[in-house]
Amino acid sequence: MCWPYIGWLLAFVVAPMILILLYAFTKQGNSVLMLNFTLENFAKFFSDSIFPAVLWRSLKIAFMTTVVCLLLGYPAAYFIAKMDEKKQAFFILLITLPMWINMLIRTYAWKGILSFTDMSSQIKVMIGMVYNFLPFMILQIHASLSKLDKNLIVAANDLGANNVQTFLRVVLPLSIPGIISGITLVFLPAVSSFFIPKLLGGGEYVLIGNLIENYFISVGDWNYGSAISLIMAMVIIISMYFTKKADKKVGGEE
Amino acid sequence: MNKVKSFFSKSYVWLIMLFFYLPIFYVMLFSFNESKSLTRFTGFSLQWYKKMFETRTIREAIYYTIIIAVLATIISTIIGTLTAIGLSKSKKVLREVVLQVNDLPMMNPDIVTAIGFMLLFTSLSIEKGFGTILLAHIVFCIPYVILTVMPRLRQLDDNLAEAALDLGATPFQALTKVIIPQLKSSIVAGALIAFTMSFDDFVISFFTSGPAVNTVAIYVYSSIKRINPTINALSTIIVLIVTIVLVLMNVVPMIKNRKKEEGFEK
Repeated sequence: MCWPYIGWLLAFVVAPMILILLYAFTKQGNSVLMLNFTLENFAKFFSDSIFPAVLWRSLKIAFMTTVVCLLLGYPAAYFIAKMDEKKQAFFILLITLPMWINMLIRTYAWKGILSFTDMSSQIKVMIGMVYNFLPFMILQIHASLSKLDKNLIVAANDLGANNVQTFLRVVLPLSIPGIISGITLVFLPAVSSFFIPKLLGGGEYVLIGNLIENYFISVGDWNYGSAISLIMAMVIIISMYFTKKADKKVGGEE
Repeated sequence: MNKVKSFFSKSYVWLIMLFFYLPIFYVMLFSFNESKSLTRFTGFSLQWYKKMFETRTIREAIYYTIIIAVLATIISTIIGTLTAIGLSKSKKVLREVVLQVNDLPMMNPDIVTAIGFMLLFTSLSIEKGFGTILLAHIVFCIPYVILTVMPRLRQLDDNLAEAALDLGATPFQALTKVIIPQLKSSIVAGALIAFTMSFDDFVISFFTSGPAVNTVAIYVYSSIKRINPTINALSTIIVLIVTIVLVLMNVVPMIKNRKKEEGFEK
């Protein structure tokens, strides 16, 4: 009964990925029947004076956004997880409600407020990213904290650990799976975001997502656009690999 | 000491909530602004709401957003549930491979999935519009349905379906009368996620839509270059719809539960 879905996956999930690969490694204007494979698109990217800097800037702002979300989100998730059940449900509902309103509309909402301030484009874009992705971090960490067996904390206290020790040695290590999935859910969309910088950065602040959008929508060079998205996907896969490795390392120490 | 602590933690959580709701309230306030300004409130007026309902593009955008979300939810829930049931009965190797590929649209950044669809539709020379957006939405919603239904399927007792077949049920009856009722809550949860993903989407709709079809998000994106307070009115309406739906979804089961409990006490 799952064979039709395998066909479906091949047609609508695998085929588009193969097309991106094909476009990235060929030159513009080729007909489908006469493919000339080339690395030109990639060479163009890395020899450009601006594009590698844009990639680096996207990684940097995504990293900073992730750190800020973790620092703001962990205490929030922790405090909520300590409340009684009814209050927990109430706050979780309060956090999920804005997520139902389109991200674009929520980002647009910041435009007015931020126009009062004199902040740099970078800070404005980062506020927009933290605003959009912080709920993911809180919900993931809260999910892992609320599953935590309260008896473990009682046991740690009975065995003479003070509150700080209990937190550092029991609560924090057990919430690492939540932290890792939180980091993934923040970092991934932050790297590839293109409408947040466009809305809040005022056009002068360009990230890798904007480059991809430009080459597909305005310039119309899909080969180069595909190459850029392939480079971005590779960078994301590599960073995810290291995050997972760090997770295993911490997990192994327990 | 404990009181101070609990006061501090509560204030912190409320501050985060303020951060989440401040821009939403700001947009709501300025949707009633008399002037075009986004920074100075000059007086109360409903003109932006009037303008919004008079603009055909906005009415169409709301219609398309809702109809696409509803259709994508129904279709992806049906395909996703049937596939999950099929996968649970298939060989382990096959299941693992399919689930790996199934993860792709969820792991990929939206923009990569989106340009993949764009390249696919163009190479097949399919004209982009309502159909392509809907198809793309169905494709990225199904994985979420499968992922939500799968864990519940693993807990099911296979003997029940076997018993139904032994007692003379056709396979179709066993499916609709025995298996699916047991999956009901996870199917509803999957459908809900699918609806949220579709309703919330901008990136994939943006790359798969043609000039004739707009969703609310595409409309907002294409009109932000100029100051356009009708977007404030549109946002306020969306916030209201979402709030009403979510509150109903959370309050109605609570009242039902309370009635049940009261019934037991009597």
